[in-house]
Amino acid sequence: MLSWISMRRAGAILGVLGFAAVVAACSRPPEQLVVYSARNEQLIKPMFDRYTAETGMPVRFVTDDAGPLIERLAAEGANSPADILMTVDAGELWHAADRGLLQPTESSIIDANIPASLRDPQDRWIGLSVRARTIVYSTERVQPEELGDYAALADERWKGKLCLRTSKKVYNQSLVAMLIAEYGEEKTESIVKGWVANLATEPFSNDTLLMEAIAAGQCDVGLVNTYYFGRLLREKPQLPVKLFWADQAANGVHVNVSGAGVTAHAPHRAAARKFLEWLSQPEAQSLFAALNLEYPASPTVPADAAVLAWGDFKQSPMNVAKAGELQSVAVKLMDRAGYR
Amino acid sequence: MSRSSESSRSRRLWRSPGLGVVFALLVCLPALVPLVVIVGAAISPQAEVWAHLAQYVLPEVVANTVKLVIGVALIGGTLGTSLAWLTAMCEFPGRRFFDWALLLPLAIPAYVLAFVAVGFLDYAGPLQAWLRDIFGTSSWFPRIRSTGGTILVLSLAFYPYVYLMARSAFLTQGRRALEAAQMLGHSRQAAAWRVAIPLARPWIVAGIALIVMETLADFGAVSVFNYNTFTTAIYRAWFGMFSVSAALQLAGVLLLFVLLAFALERRSRTAAHFSSSRDLSREAPRLRLQPLARYSAVCFVALVFVLAFALPILQLLFWVFTRAMSDLDARYLGFVARSVVLSLSAAVVIVAASVLLAYILRRRPTTLTRSVIRVAMIGYAVPGTVLAVGILVPVILLNNFLQEQLRSWFGAAAPALLLQGTLLTVLIAYLARFLAVGFNPIESGLQRVTHSIDEAAAGLGVVGGALLRKVHVPLLRTSLATAATLVFVDVMKEMPITLITRPFGWDTLAVRVFEMTSEGEWERAALPAVAIVLVGLVPAAMLTRRGAHVA
Amino acid sequence: MWLELRDVARFFGTRKAVDGLSFRLAEGSIGCLLGPSGCGKTTALRCIAGFEPVDRGEIQAHGRVLSTPDFLAPPESRRIGMVFQDYALFPHLTVLQNVAFGLHRLPQPARIKRAQDMLATVGLAEHGSHYPHQLSGGQQQRVALARALAPEPELVLLDEPFSSLDVELRERLGMEVRTVLNGLNATALLVTHDQQEAFAVADMVGVMNDGRLEQWGSPYELYHRPATRFVADFIGQGVFIAGEVVGAGAFQSELGLMHAGGRADWAKGSRVDLLLRPDDVIHDDASQLRAEVCQRVFRGADFLYTLKLQSGARLLSLVPSHHDHEVGERIGIRIEPDHVVAFERQ
Repeated sequence: MLSWISMRRAGAILGVLGFAAVVAACSRPPEQLVVYSARNEQLIKPMFDRYTAETGMPVRFVTDDAGPLIERLAAEGANSPADILMTVDAGELWHAADRGLLQPTESSIIDANIPASLRDPQDRWIGLSVRARTIVYSTERVQPEELGDYAALADERWKGKLCLRTSKKVYNQSLVAMLIAEYGEEKTESIVKGWVANLATEPFSNDTLLMEAIAAGQCDVGLVNTYYFGRLLREKPQLPVKLFWADQAANGVHVNVSGAGVTAHAPHRAAARKFLEWLSQPEAQSLFAALNLEYPASPTVPADAAVLAWGDFKQSPMNVAKAGELQSVAVKLMDRAGYR
Repeated sequence: MSRSSESSRSRRLWRSPGLGVVFALLVCLPALVPLVVIVGAAISPQAEVWAHLAQYVLPEVVANTVKLVIGVALIGGTLGTSLAWLTAMCEFPGRRFFDWALLLPLAIPAYVLAFVAVGFLDYAGPLQAWLRDIFGTSSWFPRIRSTGGTILVLSLAFYPYVYLMARSAFLTQGRRALEAAQMLGHSRQAAAWRVAIPLARPWIVAGIALIVMETLADFGAVSVFNYNTFTTAIYRAWFGMFSVSAALQLAGVLLLFVLLAFALERRSRTAAHFSSSRDLSREAPRLRLQPLARYSAVCFVALVFVLAFALPILQLLFWVFTRAMSDLDARYLGFVARSVVLSLSAAVVIVAASVLLAYILRRRPTTLTRSVIRVAMIGYAVPGTVLAVGILVPVILLNNFLQEQLRSWFGAAAPALLLQGTLLTVLIAYLARFLAVGFNPIESGLQRVTHSIDEAAAGLGVVGGALLRKVHVPLLRTSLATAATLVFVDVMKEMPITLITRPFGWDTLAVRVFEMTSEGEWERAALPAVAIVLVGLVPAAMLTRRGAHVA
Repeated sequence: MWLELRDVARFFGTRKAVDGLSFRLAEGSIGCLLGPSGCGKTTALRCIAGFEPVDRGEIQAHGRVLSTPDFLAPPESRRIGMVFQDYALFPHLTVLQNVAFGLHRLPQPARIKRAQDMLATVGLAEHGSHYPHQLSGGQQQRVALARALAPEPELVLLDEPFSSLDVELRERLGMEVRTVLNGLNATALLVTHDQQEAFAVADMVGVMNDGRLEQWGSPYELYHRPATRFVADFIGQGVFIAGEVVGAGAFQSELGLMHAGGRADWAKGSRVDLLLRPDDVIHDDASQLRAEVCQRVFRGADFLYTLKLQSGARLLSLVPSHHDHEVGERIGIRIEPDHVVAFERQ
């Protein structure tokens, strides 16, 4: 299978390949956008393709989790080829901005399209789609009147009936961070402890499994991002599980964003700003959200028909940047509360 | 200058003290750099984060990690050893099929097996739903998302490493040793315990060491179970608390554990040799089992195969045909091609490096060289993302340094360098991660090429490169094939390093799995997962086919 | 104790590895199965050890039945020791631990004592703490022997025990082994393809060919009274000379009239081949019968001459070494057979 000779030859070939790759990497075409994206390829590539078709500007991208992408960006510093960092969580964007990896982008177009609560106060990043995290319940065992806000799930009545996703997922970390912003650390800790006491089973690794557990009768209520609900509903339209808009009487549904910012050392700063402006416009907004059954960040743009069917709801008006600011506090709080 | 004086001078140079260490350090450099980065970070702990971790996180994750590692080492080791025993030593219906089929789970990534197991066996899964239909309740069914379930699934995913190693040990010396012990009045069972298994110990231990390192480094599978381990704590400190330094420090502590385990294992060995250069397998036939034992053996082997391979594959195929068929397009040719190119290149590079290291160790077996190589193996136990960043950051720093130099020579006209986006970096990172996988089989293979064989060859005028080509490579063929196959299959499945180091557009099958699973679309991830299994099957099957003939 | 095989057969598929093997071995004697490779001797040994079942016949030891087609006593309960061709020493145990391995029924101190005694018997008392790979081939062989003998088996089997040693060591060890075995009054059976080895060690030798036992007898009988043409060919040196039966026990050939015992029921006029060993052909300058020297091998005490007769037929002759004749020289010979052995002409 492997003889010494062929190994040596293969080594030589690899060497040439590597050298060629280095040389190729040296000659960068002058006009293109480079995106580091934590959002899936299948959710962003259609956007890039359309943008290239409309403007002729080629877009290259690398996908990965936000953590490694941010470390890479930080290490590359002024030599980074990246123009835009895209994530699926405001906390990550806040963190990147906090480390000085993003630069402010002032644009009247963006200001007009995206509400201030979904943008960085210093304009270093913007939300592009809204992800609502709210309550799901079993239509067989729960009446919607029994439900209220997130804190109410800590109530004794839900003992052994609550399902949660793991606290490792940033969506839950953001949610708890927002609760801290609303209620303060002490009260939030008692809420999270209440949730943990009410758990019907160990936290799940994803929202879909959680909803299936509700459907199967393992628990009655849970917390999910709406697009997971939409996706599952598409597969199983008869699912005895429904969304409930949490906390409509007071703060509104907790929302997070999938968003983007221009990197601090973007080689094509102007082009990057143009691209973000394009993404904030109604046509792009509609497509961007619809690809994943999310809500457009721009309030004037209607969501996908399937999403609209779940009804209108009041969003929490708090700036999503808070989620990032308080995320590490939230994680420690969840550790203390024993929320795994 | 004549050839002979040239070669004798190069040989003298080769023998000069310290050069072995220098070579070893050079080859191991990619594997050592990330460890230096990690240890460097551990020197300056962040007091506040550490106090929190020590109080709320470490007690649980240390206990969990210890339980998991011991459980997987025990069950995975037992599964691998007993299956190897059955297929290498005994005769039972279907043995020829299971011989290689039992290796196939190697091609299924652990996180995929974990997801399939949870999906199938959890409360909402089809099995418990069916039980509830019949009995009205399924509350007596053991929870899959538990310590036991996690251990079981990881054992099923990782046992092939032990199986592969133990099998070759049993094949080469097991049956004959067993007969010798039987002739000395020991029953077959006693003989197995007292001779055949102790003889295979170095191979079994090497396999278990790989399992333990895989388990320590695993993030994907334990996440599916939401089972908190050292690795999940590292990720949590990093991505949840944005404390890279705390994450690296945790990784440093993890490395300490691994080093300790290695040291203990080393100390437990003595001057004993575990292999002899004689081929002990000649003519000893396989054990004939009593009917009851025979059918138990078939059932056991079939059960493991079904649980670790057949069921998961069926589930994946079901998902492919119901949910993911529409994703199959011409791009998959590219994904497969890139996966194969990366895996093959990595196999060549890592096997070559391993051979080099094994020979350095053979020629100059100093303690220092040995230690350098041992430390370089640890990369396999470092959580993938940590290692990926640990290797990427130094490469980027090097890139930036070179860029500065270029700028100072050419000014603004200097071309932009991007080392971090090249295949070279990908391969260097793979080397850092998978050196242990390549080195272990080759080192144990080389131990069997005794020095008397070298001397006999030298007596026939065969030295240097010719010695390697004519004598060692044929003798090492099985070891080389084993190493290459393990690396190939591991790289096929590898995700975090591929993600962060791949050049633009170099999407592989594993990257596709990531794209689907990062937003929880596991059913759609079945398509690339099945493709990984299918591509990984080819070398896995080839390996056992070969191994059956080459002792 | 004695070992008895009765019509033992062992088939692998349609191949008859052993077919109709019968012999007895008396207590304290050393037997040997001799034959070319692939003749079934190792299979026979493995049947006796209990690693192979028998497809027909019966194996008994000391009156106990060990193997029949329906019954197979497990190897470990047969009280048989074995020295493997490759020794099969356990590389992870020291020499002493290897020897003590079969003494697991003894208490620890007795076990060590016995193992040390055995090592002393084979002359390796100093090497107990070494590992097998640290010993030479001959030393490993002796460890293997000590290990097999330590539990005092009723029967010791030796599978080509000297084949991987060089000639000199082989002869010396062969004698040593015989001494050790005799000293312990052990019953032993070895298999080998080497006639010298068989004759040096064994009291009784069985020649096997193609799964069948051609002849079972003492070395002397095998050499001088081979029962079959195969045995005659395989054992010792010799040539066949064409002849014709002229009367009861009388044969005519170009070497003259010869008388022989043995089988006497030859029909007069039958054409036969007569076996002549080198020691049957005596150098005698006075003899009328002359033959040309066409090859000579100096062996110290004697020469082995290959001689050519008038007819072109060749003879071998063993001649004391002071009779130094050149190739091409014609010398006088005389035929003095102890036993003329005749086989039907092929």
